[in-house]
Amino acid sequence: MSPALPDGDPAPEDGALPASAAVGAEDRRFGVYLHVPFCTVRCGYCDFNTYTSAELGGGASQVAYARTAVDEIRLAAQVLHDAGLPSRTVSTVFVGGGTPTVLPVADLGTMLGAVRDGWGLAEGAEVTTEANPDSVDARSLLALAEAGYTRVSFGMQSAVPHVLATLDRTHDPKRIPEVVRWARDAGLRVSLDLIYGTPGESVDDWRRSLDAALATGVDHVSAYALVVEPGTRMGAQVRRGELPMPDEDDQATKYELADSAFEAAGLHWYEVSNWARGPQDVSRHNLAYWRGDDWWGVGPGAHSHVGGARWWNVKHPRAYADRLAAGRSPAAGREVLDEDTRTMERVLLRVRLAEGLAVDELSTTARRRVAELVADGLVDPVAALGGAGARRLVLTLRGRLLADAVVRTLVA
Amino acid sequence: MSPIPSTAAAARIRPAATPPELLRNFCIIAHIDHGKSTLADRMLQLTGVVDARAMRAQYLDRMDIERERGITIKSQAVRMPWEKDGTPYALNMIDTPGHVDFTYEVSRSLAACEGAVLLVDAAQGIEAQTLANLYLALENDLAIIPVLNKIDLPAAQPEKYAEELARLIGGQPEDCLRVSGKTGEGVRELLDRIVEQVPHPEGDAAAPARAMIFDSVYDTYRGVVTYVRVVDGHLDPRERIAMMSTRATHELLEIGVISPEPVPTKGLGVGEVGYLITGVKDVRQSKVGDTVTNAARPASESLGEYRDPKPMVFSGLYPLDGTDYPNLRDALDKLKLNDAALHYEPETSVALGFGFRVGFLGLLHLEIVRERLEREFDLELISTAPNVEYDVTMEDRTEIRVTNPSEFPGGKIREVREPVVTSTVLAPSEFVGTIMELCQSRRGELLGMDYLSEDRVELRYRLPLAEIVFDFFDALKSRTRGYASLDYEPAGEQAADLVKVDILLQGEQVDAFSAIVHKDKAYAYGVAMASKLRELIPRQQFEVPIQAAIGSRVIARETIRAMRKDVLAKCYGGDITRKRKLLEKQKEGKKRMKTIGRVDVPQEAFIAALSSEAAPSTAKDKDAKRK
Repeated sequence: MSPALPDGDPAPEDGALPASAAVGAEDRRFGVYLHVPFCTVRCGYCDFNTYTSAELGGGASQVAYARTAVDEIRLAAQVLHDAGLPSRTVSTVFVGGGTPTVLPVADLGTMLGAVRDGWGLAEGAEVTTEANPDSVDARSLLALAEAGYTRVSFGMQSAVPHVLATLDRTHDPKRIPEVVRWARDAGLRVSLDLIYGTPGESVDDWRRSLDAALATGVDHVSAYALVVEPGTRMGAQVRRGELPMPDEDDQATKYELADSAFEAAGLHWYEVSNWARGPQDVSRHNLAYWRGDDWWGVGPGAHSHVGGARWWNVKHPRAYADRLAAGRSPAAGREVLDEDTRTMERVLLRVRLAEGLAVDELSTTARRRVAELVADGLVDPVAALGGAGARRLVLTLRGRLLADAVVRTLVA
Repeated sequence: MSPIPSTAAAARIRPAATPPELLRNFCIIAHIDHGKSTLADRMLQLTGVVDARAMRAQYLDRMDIERERGITIKSQAVRMPWEKDGTPYALNMIDTPGHVDFTYEVSRSLAACEGAVLLVDAAQGIEAQTLANLYLALENDLAIIPVLNKIDLPAAQPEKYAEELARLIGGQPEDCLRVSGKTGEGVRELLDRIVEQVPHPEGDAAAPARAMIFDSVYDTYRGVVTYVRVVDGHLDPRERIAMMSTRATHELLEIGVISPEPVPTKGLGVGEVGYLITGVKDVRQSKVGDTVTNAARPASESLGEYRDPKPMVFSGLYPLDGTDYPNLRDALDKLKLNDAALHYEPETSVALGFGFRVGFLGLLHLEIVRERLEREFDLELISTAPNVEYDVTMEDRTEIRVTNPSEFPGGKIREVREPVVTSTVLAPSEFVGTIMELCQSRRGELLGMDYLSEDRVELRYRLPLAEIVFDFFDALKSRTRGYASLDYEPAGEQAADLVKVDILLQGEQVDAFSAIVHKDKAYAYGVAMASKLRELIPRQQFEVPIQAAIGSRVIARETIRAMRKDVLAKCYGGDITRKRKLLEKQKEGKKRMKTIGRVDVPQEAFIAALSSEAAPSTAKDKDAKRK
């Protein structure tokens, strides 16, 4: 979740949605994102909306957090109902942070329970939580599964101690195979998060991390290039010259290395930074973001999207709690997307997916650019020519690395 | 007794009725920063023309740009009363432009005077431009009053520079007055010295009027204000006057003197300096150097040959935002009203769009015009590297005049001729070697060398003007730690072995980067330009070759490697709005890019590549994310 909230229109006090939000809702899936804005340690590179107890000046809000989130879930159910949306069960739930697992499993269960109470969970719903390898054990993972969680995403980041140290990660890399095994034993699907391009990370270091991740036999991996954000501790270190700025060519090399290692292990890319063994192993919750489905984001700073209406909550946990305690919507601002903007977002999100984007959905101008993108080796020629039926725009490996440039070409 | 004349005495020096014996016309010759305007300020105060309350610094410099840069672009003439030994005098101070680009204007101002104050900074000594103007003054037989200014400075070396001045103009070092424009010390003595040493004007009061125009300024409210020096006869209000070069006649709407604001008078007589207003709207109708006479009884001979200003340096001016093109045209049309030397015609560049090829008197003129366009008309401009004019003769004897390097013809060329100048460099003698080296590398030919003093040297070189407009002055300054000064004047033209070097991006010629250079330097130019562009142009989705070529022959090559990564790794629910807004911003940003073939070149890259002094300091931007 991004640090600064965007500029938008003011959101109504009661959080009421525009009538347009309900249009076509029966054809869209509905998901819930639950944000947990707490960590035990603030990592130097992190610009997420998260707080250590020290930063919040006391842990009281952390204890009360689940109750506050439940208040928003109840409000959400009411707002959607009032806006005339059909009642839809929840297809996916994703608990992210921060570090959700700093909360007791019981709290995570409470929040999930509120989702169940508000809308009901769909048959076979995907319920994921993020977790730090050192904030779970066999017992807590089992308890999560019993509470209804089906999937866990571990922040592994790297297998190399000096890289983990630069990232301020506190876990022991040896713990990774263990937590993966415990999670699987508990019946949870598992994903590992990796970061490449950390200052000081060699290509060999990265290879070691890839090997270590794949050695667990995991079915899903996300790999992200490190972005040094201004305003973070790492950002300041880079500015002062204490750490080198990550080199984009180096990151490109590491991306290519990752893709070939994952492919060799039977994991295929389905989004620019995500690989899965089979269709059953993808993150359905995240896919919903890229496909433009509806979701409600619960928690401070969380973003929601329902039928072209997008809004975001106040950022600070205290302000968030105060709003809800007063019976008001925690939304800070919103935007109602017009048709052109929705088209632009569709392009910028769907281009990232292996399933790609129907060429026929593109504007006439953008369609004319496709040949150029094929010629530059950024777009798969067979898919673009309709080899497999409908013509689709699907990125090549090089295209994935230049996805933003492709989007600029298409929307320019 | 106050040196300001009493009321009774002042009656003897009323404008239009002052006997020539009581007039003194003088100018101040000085280098930029040597304190001319400050000295003028003190004179205005001391003569009571401006009281302390109304005083502001650089009173006579009217344009903001003049005040800020401490230079005079337009001349001014101020009439100041002064009494010496019981006799009242009217002193006309003609403030002259002090720069090489405006030599002709300077020569006309000098021709309006009988004397010149040679003002030299006592901490710096004489500079090349001052020397050039001094020679002009000597040619005009002006009485020279040497003055060392800024004697209040701790670094002042009046003895040393008095000797230098004495050696230059003859006389004794003790004759050199020492003043401080800042404190006012010595200014009273200087005014007395002007009365004593500057000869009074002489002329035939009964003859048909002849007055020389030494400046012409456009004023939004009053039209063109023309500054004149009357030589013979008398000009009266309400009479018709005639311009001798064009025979055009105009009604005299107003005539007067400046003291220091315009004051209408009953006319101007022999030897007097003042202004005319006729209602014309364009300075081209009232040209510097022209002679004004009575329409009813015209003089038969003008005061000297009139010369149209000739542009020497050319540059393409393009609006950064293409939609500003009409505004640029309007702005040039307006500036032209006040600048007879400004020439321009529309031109089109593949790389830069619609703009104008503009001719200037020199580099300072270029800079001033550009700055005024940006400041007074709120325009953002790209200017191409300055170049000179070439005469190209083809094998079939057809002749082509080239003011834009991209128009340099291909095919069989018989001869190319380029303008040359004679230049004067003044510098401490320790730099003689390095200056000679520089001049030789710029195809210079040594004409002579003289010692002004033990440790100061004057070097005279014949140089192609093209070499000077490139970056000669910067190179000279940096090699001499800023101590050298430069002056030059046109000295005809010469045939030279010149070629056009084109720059190609991905095979497409970028017209704005074409340059005409000497054959021996083509390779160095090509290599330098190609590597500069490699630094300045951001990496693209594809590899971009940069080539420098003479005709079809490639002489240098660089490659901008393809960008390998341009993707934000994370794009989840909370990132979408930010990501989209960034994309919208980039779309806007792309409008400020020029696309050559398929290569997006940021405006900044053009500006940096076209300015000769710019080190590729913007190279960092290359790696800055475009997200």
